[in-house]
Amino acid sequence: MLRFALTRILMSVPTLLIVSISVFGLIRLIPGDPASLMLGDLATPASIADLQARLGLDQSVPVQFGIWFGNLLKGDLGQSINSQQAVLPLILQRFWISAQIVLVAVALASLVAVPAGVLAAWKQDTSLDLSLVAVATLLLSIPTFWLGLLLLLFFGLKLEWLPVVGYVSIAENPIAGILYLIMPIMTLFLHEIGVILRMARASTLEVLRLDYITHARAKGLTESAVLWNHAFKNAFGPTWTLIGLVLGNLLGGIAVVETVFTIPGLGRLLVDSIFARDYPVIQGCMLFVAFTYVLVNLVIDLCYPIFDPRVTAQ
Amino acid sequence: MRLPAPNALVGGTLIGFLGIVAAVSSVWTPYDPLRLSFRAKLAAPSATHWLGTDEFGRDVLSRLMAGAATSVWISLLTVALAVSLGTVIGLFSGYVRGWVDRTIMAFNDALLAFPGILLALGLLAVVGANKYGIILALGIAYAPSVARIVRGTVLSLREREFISASRVMGNSEGFTMARHILPNCIAPLTVLATSMFGWVLLAESSLSFLGLGVPPPAPTWGNMLAGSRPYIGQAVWLGIFPGLCISLTLLGINLLGDALRDKLDPRMRGAR
Repeated sequence: MLRFALTRILMSVPTLLIVSISVFGLIRLIPGDPASLMLGDLATPASIADLQARLGLDQSVPVQFGIWFGNLLKGDLGQSINSQQAVLPLILQRFWISAQIVLVAVALASLVAVPAGVLAAWKQDTSLDLSLVAVATLLLSIPTFWLGLLLLLFFGLKLEWLPVVGYVSIAENPIAGILYLIMPIMTLFLHEIGVILRMARASTLEVLRLDYITHARAKGLTESAVLWNHAFKNAFGPTWTLIGLVLGNLLGGIAVVETVFTIPGLGRLLVDSIFARDYPVIQGCMLFVAFTYVLVNLVIDLCYPIFDPRVTAQ
Repeated sequence: MRLPAPNALVGGTLIGFLGIVAAVSSVWTPYDPLRLSFRAKLAAPSATHWLGTDEFGRDVLSRLMAGAATSVWISLLTVALAVSLGTVIGLFSGYVRGWVDRTIMAFNDALLAFPGILLALGLLAVVGANKYGIILALGIAYAPSVARIVRGTVLSLREREFISASRVMGNSEGFTMARHILPNCIAPLTVLATSMFGWVLLAESSLSFLGLGVPPPAPTWGNMLAGSRPYIGQAVWLGIFPGLCISLTLLGINLLGDALRDKLDPRMRGAR
């Protein structure tokens, strides 16, 4: 177990390193002097020269990367051109807003979709299975930004049950905060049900065809014991991995939902920075999301042995 | 002859219809999708404007049709770019093996560690947000998954007898690759390319919705939806029809993808 965990943790180190190199390289692909880009149009020659020296631009590219990576390890992602704020605190503040939406939506979706998917597989080819798959495929096909717009139209403008757009911090005003978050969470929740249900169904189907399930049934176990004690444990693996991927993908793709509901989250920060050519923030957001993605998948993998001890075997 | 599976039938019909609309719209639309008409501003669906008009009095149906053509072209070109780029990288990497292969694949997998849309956003910041920027950014963002599949196929095949036979017959490595290894990549790549068409179309709509895609006034489903937001209370149709088009297209792709996977992936045969 320990060996498995250590190997898995060590394996993510090169990935993180290459992710950093890619993001470092991406910004260098933009024509022009990186220091002028980082400081924006209003920079003075003196401040450009100062930053050039700090970034080590007169030295070789590997040295530049070393300086940059060293700052990264210290948590220094530079300064926003627009707000002059340090990038990392800015990102963390926005990340919290996006993370609460994504985490709640994915947790709720998993609670609904995993049992529904297992049920569909168990009742394969019945009308229940067909309708569950149809609903899931439909939900999966509706882009989140349209689903959000429809919810906004219906619950916000027609029924006037929920506030239409905006964001209030839960810490400041818990009730209003929750009301503003219901629709964005519901949007992602509905969409992810489709994704997770189909995976849970497919992986359960694969397991249900194996011999040990026939054996369990032949032993005279009840169907629910076969399904939950024998099939589910083995079938849950791929779905669990998918949930990790979904979490990371949502962080990258949440900008559209934040745009629909005017929520100042991480996705919106990235998009606004692209419009404003605020390169330090763009770079910071990309690094932050990619690192989070790798770490989420690492945690997901480390939890894997809890329900499937086979992965720790060599 | 057996009837095709219902999901293939429905998916094929939806995508076929999309293709026809896209083709027709390049020669004919009911109105000029760009022509402004302030007298017919925000008109509800009627006999003259079947799906209504937008805030500039432009005909929504014509704009949807023109948007279909734009989205289909962008998606096709992007998938073509991703597949060719990925295939070249995968073939090369699988062929040379050794440390070059390991380095290429380490980078490839690290790129897979970015959520696709995030990498595309980052690349858009570099290449600029326009039609060609999108194709380039999404093409590069989706190439690594192709490279992974092609390399896997190359590695699994290169020790097989029919490959050695081709070498023994004196065929060059390049010929062996093209004639014997590449055709074996086609089945998995077809499945991947079908799903990818859907991902790319969704990504393109998302980027256009964010204002980072095809710039207005050229219509795309994504930027039409973004434009509808301020008027959605008074002109519901503006927010309904573009989203419906995206959803039906994605539904078609998803159904078609499922049908293809059932047919081409032997492990799922019988599992339906």
